[in-house]
Amino acid sequence: MVDFSLWDILRNLLMALRWTVVLSLIAFVGGGLVGALLLFARLRGGKAAARAVGLYVQLFQGTPLLMQLFLAYFGIALFGIDVSAWTAASVALTLYTSAFLTEIWRGCVASIPKGQWEASGSLALSFGEQMRHVILPQAVTIAIAPTVGFLVQVIKGTALASVIGFVELTKAGSMISNATFQPFVVFSCVALLYFVLCFPVSLYAKTLERKTHGRRA
Amino acid sequence: MGIEFDFGAVLAEWPLLLRGVAWTLGLTAVGTVLGLAVGTLCAWARSGGPTWLRVLASTYVELIRNTPFIVQLFFIFFGLPAAGVKLSPEVASIIAMVMNLGAYSTEIIRAGIEATPKGQIEAAVSLALSKAQVFLRVVLPPALKKVWPAMVSQIVIVMLGSAVCGQISTEELSYAANLIQSRNFRAFESFIVATLIYLALAVALRRLLNWAGPRFFFGR
Repeated sequence: MVDFSLWDILRNLLMALRWTVVLSLIAFVGGGLVGALLLFARLRGGKAAARAVGLYVQLFQGTPLLMQLFLAYFGIALFGIDVSAWTAASVALTLYTSAFLTEIWRGCVASIPKGQWEASGSLALSFGEQMRHVILPQAVTIAIAPTVGFLVQVIKGTALASVIGFVELTKAGSMISNATFQPFVVFSCVALLYFVLCFPVSLYAKTLERKTHGRRA
Repeated sequence: MGIEFDFGAVLAEWPLLLRGVAWTLGLTAVGTVLGLAVGTLCAWARSGGPTWLRVLASTYVELIRNTPFIVQLFFIFFGLPAAGVKLSPEVASIIAMVMNLGAYSTEIIRAGIEATPKGQIEAAVSLALSKAQVFLRVVLPPALKKVWPAMVSQIVIVMLGSAVCGQISTEELSYAANLIQSRNFRAFESFIVATLIYLALAVALRRLLNWAGPRFFFGR
């Protein structure tokens, strides 16, 4: 019987922590890109596109992320593609993140007074010019705080990728706990590491929120 | 290459699915009632309690809000027995859900409480109501009314989050889907069916809570 010190456990968890970070970044960046595309489709594409994006958002917000992960894992495999946990987790988390971000950003764009659209439209600006010069600069300022806040949800969401065999912090925790027979210590460390990762982001989001509210009030 | 779907094989297992739905709804109901109670208590502690209680409540809220639900669940189910507390999967699931909703609803209710005009509290105090009476009859109902939409969203999120409880073999809906696919190897179909049921449950739960809130919790 080998004895494992706290440092052995922590060191191995820290090694796994980087995959949590990498997966979070993939989901956040990928979700941001897809979300931005969906937002433009919703703003520009007429009623049908708006409805389709609305359905997309409702689908991802109204079903468990765990099921989305399973569907990506088994769904991509149906097409005869050998799917790794990496692919499935990246795809599912990107789609999930995009649905939330597009909804958050839509709210931010909607909070820009209608007069701004009308005024810029009457100056003969095209939709692209309106977005670039008038709407987005204002909407982005409002959007930063909730977007950073959502990053915490994404980081926590990556923990579910452990269920389809993606070895990140949570999965590593389960494996180490099985090897060391010290579940209490291991899962305390896992929770602590997530906290260390998420808490600064939460605080930063709160600070940003206070700033934007101060500026607008 | 053709893909053939066989939803019949999944739907034939409807008793399992039904049981799963019952467990999911049961967990959600208990989790919601107890979670809202915990949230109300902590919101009161954070807005009007003594300093040590405030610190305790904020620590709890921040710890829960900044760690994944699945880790909380694993900590309670796998970690606590090592410290001498042994729990069944169902009890562990409920504790995790209550703690989770409790933390989120604390913040939501607190936002509502802080929006209460000071004059209303002063007026209530001048009517010789006790501190508890002021909180329960003057502060809480309008606060709940203001934040109810956010609360409903959070309860739906907790219901969807309960899918994770299948991982510690609580027999809720996602566990049923897993069991079905291990019997008939129709993984994609089982999870599609389960996902659609979750979607229907989420829509129905949202409607139910939006309807029930004004009638039972804060009056109209």
